Amino acid sequence: MCGIAGLFLKDPKLEPQLGALLADMLITLTDRGPDSAGIAIYGRPQKGRAKLVLQSADPATDFRNLDAELANVIGGTVASTIRDTHVVLAVDAASLDAARAAVRILRPAAHVMSVGEEIEIYKEVGLPKDVLARFDIAHMAGTHGIGHTRMATESAVTTLGAHPFSTGPDQCLVHNGSLSNHNSIRRDLIRAGMTFETENDTEVAAAFISHKLQEGATLGEALEATLTDLDGFFTFVVGTRNGFGVVRDPIACKPAVMAETDQYVAFGTEYRALVNLPGLDSARVWEPEPATVYFWER
Amino acid sequence: MQTFDIASQGLRALNSTLHALKDRPTNQTEWEILNPKGAHAIAVGVDAPLDITVRGSTGYYCGGMNKQATIRVQGSAGPGVAENMMSGSVIIDGDASQYAGATGRGGLLVIKGNASSRCGISMKGIDIVVHGNIGHMSAFMAQTGNLVVLGSAGDALGDSLYEARLFVRGSVKSLGADCIEKPMRPEHLDLLADLLARSEASEKARPEEFRRYGSARKLYNFNIDNASAY
Repeated sequence: MCGIAGLFLKDPKLEPQLGALLADMLITLTDRGPDSAGIAIYGRPQKGRAKLVLQSADPATDFRNLDAELANVIGGTVASTIRDTHVVLAVDAASLDAARAAVRILRPAAHVMSVGEEIEIYKEVGLPKDVLARFDIAHMAGTHGIGHTRMATESAVTTLGAHPFSTGPDQCLVHNGSLSNHNSIRRDLIRAGMTFETENDTEVAAAFISHKLQEGATLGEALEATLTDLDGFFTFVVGTRNGFGVVRDPIACKPAVMAETDQYVAFGTEYRALVNLPGLDSARVWEPEPATVYFWER
Repeated sequence: MQTFDIASQGLRALNSTLHALKDRPTNQTEWEILNPKGAHAIAVGVDAPLDITVRGSTGYYCGGMNKQATIRVQGSAGPGVAENMMSGSVIIDGDASQYAGATGRGGLLVIKGNASSRCGISMKGIDIVVHGNIGHMSAFMAQTGNLVVLGSAGDALGDSLYEARLFVRGSVKSLGADCIEKPMRPEHLDLLADLLARSEASEKARPEEFRRYGSARKLYNFNIDNASAY
């Protein structure tokens, strides 16, 4: 099972509603994945600034005074916005890597959810409506976003096992399905210098794509490579700073529906996730073909 | 006409209302269903000569196990539409998702758009007419009945086929194991003319334009020469 909702806006007028639209789509998919939920929101970047999102099981302790402590280490100004178990730390773009290294030492128990100029990832265990409300997703604006409702199969129901997975700056991936060769691919990627936080199969797919992008592949080429190298069942939806991609395995057991209008491109595991989108009645609605890469970039 | 609004009355109430008409003669045979919004299991298990129109797109299993009723979807249908249909007909104005008409034992399923993968998988007597194309692994292990495709078929058509007849007007990307092309005989043209007429497709295609595919019957019995392969 699992449910995926994705929305890539073409019309800036819809940007203030991105979080609300995605939250509605995800809640509809609760019965495909009631154990955890997560969402990646891409917002308009602030010039010269970048964001690091941390998750902690003990936010009251871990997030207290973290902005000041981090500024002491990396310099510049650090702004923090706490949302439930997550904190968004805005830093100077040039010191993003230093910030990432510093928080590992300052708060070793906290986990990095995402880094980048635009991306913010929020994920937790629980019913999608509760998870989304805890982070107030419905009031977030952005240019594109990807969400996931999880019914765990390959690894435990934990915050880190929830999707999206982010393995590169401004990159994320969500997955419906299960991979069968993820252990051997993970070994190859570790040898190539990638790092992993979990035993989860989806994290391997995310890192596989991030590694391809690092090597200079386009988003389309990276998605094509999943079809030759990854074995198992998958529908992937992938986000990058300026792009949004979809690919299904050749057997294509996992359902997928897409819709496109002048205002947006939308992905839903089922049609019912799309029904409240504006103008859906006049949208082009189709089922993405098996073993076919779809992507949009601005 | 009876109107049922799923948004206000709920899916469970819809199906129990329709089920209550079984074996109960009624003059309330025309039904329209509003606000399907992709819900699952709309009008599943109907067993009465009703004429049901769904105004919008449906989710999984619409019209499943149908007996007697004519169910029209004015939109597209999700996976497993008309799964295990026994009799009657289901007409989809748009596209159908995977395994449309799976295991169907009777009746007629018409898809006016395209059907995706596994259309007619394990069909056991149903007739399926697709005005557009069908996806891969369609008619896998199909036993009896007819699958008619006005467009093209994807990979592995009719893999491990039994006695179902497959008619495709366009190209076939590849045939599955034990599925072969067979000559069209006069009775097949008659059969197609009847199916096209009943599926609102007579204007779109003529029987002579189709090619027939069926089982080579090589997988029916275990071949002792292959014993070493297992």
